[in-house]
Amino acid sequence: MKFGILVNEGPYTHQASDTAYHFVKAALDEGHQIYRVFFYHDGVNNGTRLATPPQDDRHIPNRWSELAKEYKLDLVLCVAAAQRRGMVDPDEMKRNQKDAHNIADNFRISGLGQLIEAGIQSDRLITFGD
Amino acid sequence: MLHTINKSPYEKNSFETCMRLAAAESSILLIEDGVYAAIDNTKISELIKENPSNFKFYVLEADLKARGLDKNSLIPNIEIISYKGFVKLTVENEKTQTWL
Repeated sequence: MKFGILVNEGPYTHQASDTAYHFVKAALDEGHQIYRVFFYHDGVNNGTRLATPPQDDRHIPNRWSELAKEYKLDLVLCVAAAQRRGMVDPDEMKRNQKDAHNIADNFRISGLGQLIEAGIQSDRLITFGD
Repeated sequence: MLHTINKSPYEKNSFETCMRLAAAESSILLIEDGVYAAIDNTKISELIKENPSNFKFYVLEADLKARGLDKNSLIPNIEIISYKGFVKLTVENEKTQTWL
């Protein structure tokens, strides 16, 4: 079965990003396909590569990046939510004349249409948030 | 239909609202702080025990354990499931409503 995943909560906030991650892992383990993980609202903060959590804590952004690499997942940050929160990829850096970018590996920034498309193309759309 | 609740019933009213509005025979999965709704002998445990709409209740094991709870603290007949069971519920139910 094809799953679309919506993550509306940032990392280290409550627990929604962790729950989404464990759900995605369990779905992959069961042989399901993850069509896309769309990060919206504060969820876009999951895509920073500048986080340095304590060594004995889970590294939430890296964990997403690594899972995406292993399973070729499509991790998308909502562009409008990302702009508001200072999440920047190289294209957005140029477009908005910023001096740096901070997006983690295997994440990309795109529009809300990607969420709608995930809802249409997937058999299930599951929301995780606050 | 599957409903997921991720907030304690003592923090938000999403659990009670879900109980009031969900269609009869729905499945309700308690995750994250939502697992506190599954504890027996509380002011809301009667609501689950009476269960006039014949809901099926589930609770996510990892979140239960993370809060120092186990089946001995729970209302009887609430099924404890793993993440694998969570995935299975979303497959079995065509729609999942996440109460935020």
